[in-house]
Amino acid sequence: MFKILQKSFSIGTATADYPNVSPRLAEQFRGCPEFEFEIWHDARPAAEACPTGAIALRDSDGLRQVTVDYGRCIFCGECEAANADSAVRMTRKFELAAGDRRDLVLTAKYTLNPDATHATLQSSTCGPVLDEPGKRIAAAIQNLLGRSLAIRQVDAGSCNGCEQEIVALNNPVHDIERFGIHFVASPRHADMLLVTGPVTRNMELALRKVWAATPDPKIVVAVGACGISGGIFGANYALLGRVDAVIPVDVYIPGCPPRPEALLHGILLALGKMRQRVGSLLH
Amino acid sequence: MTTFFDELHDRFPGIVRSVEEAVPDQVVVLLNSPNVTGIVRHFLIEHQARIVTVFAEDRVSAEGVFYNYYVFDRPGEASWVILKAPIPERFPSFPSLAAELPAINWQEREIQDWFGLEAVGHPNPRRVALHDNWPDVHPLRKSFALDTVLPTFSGEQHVYRPTYGEGVFQIPVGPVHAGIIEPGHFNFAVAGEPILYLQLRMFYTHKGTEKLFESLPIHRAVFLAESISGDSAFSHGAAFCQAVERAAEIDVPARAQFMRVILLELERIANHIADVGAIATDVGFAIANAHAGRIREDVLGLNETLTGSRVLRGMVAIGGVRRDWQPDQVEAITRTLKTVEREFRDLVAIIQSSDSTRDRLEHTGILRPDKAAILGVVGVAGRASGVDRDIRRDHPYEAYNQLPFKVPVYHVGDVRHRMLVRIDEVGESIQMIRAAVSLLPEGPHRAPTAPIPPGRCAMSAVEGWRGEIIHWVRTGEGNRIERCKIKDPSINNWPGIVEAVEGNIIADFPVINKSFNLSYSGTDR
Repeated sequence: MFKILQKSFSIGTATADYPNVSPRLAEQFRGCPEFEFEIWHDARPAAEACPTGAIALRDSDGLRQVTVDYGRCIFCGECEAANADSAVRMTRKFELAAGDRRDLVLTAKYTLNPDATHATLQSSTCGPVLDEPGKRIAAAIQNLLGRSLAIRQVDAGSCNGCEQEIVALNNPVHDIERFGIHFVASPRHADMLLVTGPVTRNMELALRKVWAATPDPKIVVAVGACGISGGIFGANYALLGRVDAVIPVDVYIPGCPPRPEALLHGILLALGKMRQRVGSLLH
Repeated sequence: MTTFFDELHDRFPGIVRSVEEAVPDQVVVLLNSPNVTGIVRHFLIEHQARIVTVFAEDRVSAEGVFYNYYVFDRPGEASWVILKAPIPERFPSFPSLAAELPAINWQEREIQDWFGLEAVGHPNPRRVALHDNWPDVHPLRKSFALDTVLPTFSGEQHVYRPTYGEGVFQIPVGPVHAGIIEPGHFNFAVAGEPILYLQLRMFYTHKGTEKLFESLPIHRAVFLAESISGDSAFSHGAAFCQAVERAAEIDVPARAQFMRVILLELERIANHIADVGAIATDVGFAIANAHAGRIREDVLGLNETLTGSRVLRGMVAIGGVRRDWQPDQVEAITRTLKTVEREFRDLVAIIQSSDSTRDRLEHTGILRPDKAAILGVVGVAGRASGVDRDIRRDHPYEAYNQLPFKVPVYHVGDVRHRMLVRIDEVGESIQMIRAAVSLLPEGPHRAPTAPIPPGRCAMSAVEGWRGEIIHWVRTGEGNRIERCKIKDPSINNWPGIVEAVEGNIIADFPVINKSFNLSYSGTDR
């Protein structure tokens, strides 16, 4: 007993104060890639290198449409490595969660050159709210739900990578309970479902039943590239893929797997939605 | 080689067609028919061989046959023996060996489900990899398209074997469990508190992974290999790359081999620390898990410094690793390991000072060495039950033959000893990484990329933190994979859990399960 107390005392506080303080990221940490559409001349090498099809091209009528889907991205860095110019850069940004699937998709239209490179940006959309500061959301949740949110995690087919980081949310460093958020054993006790995918045929029924068993108002968060889009697995004979093909999803958290702070950011974002939903139920 | 062939040829005239060593340390014995029973018995009895895995391949369009491959490991021999038995399309069946070799019970049934080849004489030929409500399809046949959309499932759900007796009842659990873990279905037959009989239903996370490998270019397939089992991303990634490198005769530069060893051992350390904490938690010793979680974060931070990813993704590549290390990154290894070693030692001391924890872990979930050997249990669980086997020592790969290390083996086989194996291995891995850092050669970190020649086959084995990972590939045209077989150690070890829980109280199931800590995704693929 003395040993235990002595150790705890000597360690002091292990908890990192995210989102009030930026997390300690290694210099080498790979967050999402960023694209400078104005100076991008050839998206083909990056699209070819991308393992999940997050970068896709469509050529027609002398135009090329480039789509970048952060909901498919696994942050591997292959696009940056394959791209010749500086239009594609890996960043250390990870706060990517979005409440609208479309916010994770960027598109750019170019006129095609005869040599199949492209030039002259016609238009581009800049969907994702990449820099959504966690601080604002954190302030908003302080008085929410009596500082209590119960999450039921559902693995609907994951490789268990996301589960590792979700488990890490409960360790003393990330300590999600400091927000009054805790993981519960049954969907009947849950306010939020944290679902990882890709959803398999064999888990479809279980996922539907879990959703039905969760009391209203409930919120669903799809975690990781696989949960959002099927990721590297996509959809096939054994897979339905994205979670929102099976149950409605409120917030999407990109990553492969999303680091604990990214999960926390997404969960806090979802809490904002939860408040709206509770409010509309009361009126 | 000649003597080995002569021996087989004399003993089994008309059965063995050829023996060749196409890849170093991999002897392929081609047979004339699917009838492997005699020659398998010969390997088991005369060579004291162990069956590693069995899998099939559809070569109907190319050669008019299916093949079954039986991989054997002979004690003291560096080379693997792979029996290759043709199965004609018109008679799609093979003799089952599961009655004699329970280790391949599930794997033979996978072949039935995925290839439509009947395992004749299998003691329990029911479906395993496709659930009972699936239509009659065989997805790994080449004639089946990956993106086939199957009709909505209806019909028979899985029926568990009944258990009878006064006061005996069944407790179904899953597939969604209480904790943050993967899905699987357990059916406990209990009489009061003790578990009489556990039945398992897996493959809830079957993702068509082996089929998907056949459609991806190799440079993308590396990332798929990292997603076979997320907690073993680097081990599976390395196993896949090694298999392709052997098939294509790519020499991995020495520096990359040492870098891979360091990362493989870091994966082991991170997972073992988490497991030690989780085992303590499952018997109510939460403070130990808090420390374990904290120490593990240090390792994950180091992972991020070395690879850009906390879980070592996006680093391993065909021919080496994707990024080189600067001196400050290498220094971070030494610095972090010093902290981790000290903190882990304190954590172990805390756990061992708790008599009530020890009381819960000792004599709990015993897997006896004789059972472990028969079931073919591998890895940590095997070494806690007297199975003295470690691919790093027995079939060295990467730079393991240049590093000194001990393989801890215990014979008690309870939860506590599965924890002790992990504790010992964390220490060994730390020493191994230190040695690797001091020997880390200069030079390139990746072989130049070249197209992968088609039609080559090779196997690779990696001792992941959980146990023996096997990948077998046949390369195809256009930088693609024709077939990729994945064997995660979990598929060997589930029957070990069934044995270990017998007679234990149901409240101890979580800690017994955690002491094996198997990957559902690795099992189901």
